[in-house]
Amino acid sequence: MIELKNISFIKDNKKILDNINLKLDDTKFYALTGPNGSGKSTLAKIIMGLITPTSGSIIYNGKDITHKNITDRANMGIAFAFQQPVKFKGITVFDLLKFAINKDINRMDACKYLAKVGLCAKDYVERVIDNSLSGGELKRIEIASVLARNPQVAIFDEPEAGIDLWSFKSLNNIFKELEKTNNGVTLVITHQERILDIADEIILLENGTIKKIGSKMEMLPLIVTNEYCGVIDDE
Amino acid sequence: MMNKIADKLLSVLEQSNYEEADAYNIRVDGISIKRKVSPYIEIESKTDKNGINVYIKDDTKFGIVHIPVLLSKSGLKDVVYNDFYIGKNANVIILAGCGIHNDLHSDSEHDGIHRFFLSENATVKYTEKHYGEGSGNGKRILNPTTEIYMKKGSSMNMVTTQIKGVDDTFRKTVAELDQNATLVINEKILTNNANIAKTEFNIELNGEDSSTHVVSRSVATDSSYQEFISKVTGNTKCYARVECDAILKDNGNVLAIPEIYAKSVDANLIHEASIGKIAGEQLLKLMSLGMSEKEAEEAIIKGFLK
Repeated sequence: MIELKNISFIKDNKKILDNINLKLDDTKFYALTGPNGSGKSTLAKIIMGLITPTSGSIIYNGKDITHKNITDRANMGIAFAFQQPVKFKGITVFDLLKFAINKDINRMDACKYLAKVGLCAKDYVERVIDNSLSGGELKRIEIASVLARNPQVAIFDEPEAGIDLWSFKSLNNIFKELEKTNNGVTLVITHQERILDIADEIILLENGTIKKIGSKMEMLPLIVTNEYCGVIDDE
Repeated sequence: MMNKIADKLLSVLEQSNYEEADAYNIRVDGISIKRKVSPYIEIESKTDKNGINVYIKDDTKFGIVHIPVLLSKSGLKDVVYNDFYIGKNANVIILAGCGIHNDLHSDSEHDGIHRFFLSENATVKYTEKHYGEGSGNGKRILNPTTEIYMKKGSSMNMVTTQIKGVDDTFRKTVAELDQNATLVINEKILTNNANIAKTEFNIELNGEDSSTHVVSRSVATDSSYQEFISKVTGNTKCYARVECDAILKDNGNVLAIPEIYAKSVDANLIHEASIGKIAGEQLLKLMSLGMSEKEAEEAIIKGFLK
């Protein structure tokens, strides 16, 4: 369980997040949505430690982790999939998964995680994580690196951004599977109705504050009316 | 006699298994101490100066030759001239390299001048690794020169690696390519302390459809200095791509000077150079996988120089 208490973040005299109070329970799948610039990514990055809040505290399983760094939080079970997957020179998919799992692994182990994100492992294990991979491939590898951590809190920052329709379809299946199997907290920043539809709870952020939290039954009509989300027509 | 220092240097140079090769020549402190030849690979000592001639017969398939040089005596300056004559259609792997161990206060230096003469359709994979160690303040200096002359249809893949501990190095590579010849060079350098490393490539693409791809990846740490000069001249229909990529750490400095000269309207020459510190987002990603900042930095550099 992770709890944000009175979290605010001010940048260049602008309030990006304004007194956020939020409790995320284990086994639940949360979708965090809202208009661009509402503070979604900032909120997620604050949980991972990528951004330090101006005020407020973060409590994780009863412990105050506000002043813990990224490494500590990662080793406590928090994981974060970047919206723009990071590219490297020379580091391969196998290397990245090995770093994520943090022990000696063989190709079979790596393949298991690649298969989870719908990539044919033998084609990808030795590939370098650089521009030779498409946006969709990079995104799936990014997600695989988070799944390989077996996290207690898994955060995905707009996993659908910048990927093609085909990738989106299989991405959706990954999250459906995650919703069923993950015992920890899953938090996905998304604009997509198909991912919102999987969520146990939807959090709507607007102007740095939580406008409303509720089940998809309550939230979807409100969100769709306000055009916060998009529908991908892939039929 | 081989000693423990030489054994260790061989191991760092990844040449401990030299005895399994078809042919080898082991040079320790300025003297060839061990040699093996095969029916396809002949090695002879030069009579006019230090060094060896290596002859690879026509049509030799998958020959392997080791020619490591080890220096363990402080104050020794070893200059060696090695020539390689690669026969038609031969396919060979040549593993060179120099390890210097200097515990005292005089400078130790090895200047290796290697010339490669590739006959038609010959294929060479040449790897050269340089390493320095020792507790003395005597410098460890390595100045390799490589000259490559490539006949029609031949190809060469040259991989050079300089890992820590070499104080001064000036690497010079000159190549001339005939029709359809292909030269691929991968250079990796890591400098630390006050090391100075200069590399200069001068490649002439003389034959139609000849091509070259030079990739230099370097990391300059502490207060070390690196210089990368590449000159590629396209005299006919040809293709060249030169990539220089450097990571800076601490107070490391890197100067990259690209020079591509197209003397034919059909020459297609590309140069890319980038120098900078490790991207912050790369560190953050690896830290989000549980690594400390230092571990992340090491992993990124290791991958970069892989």
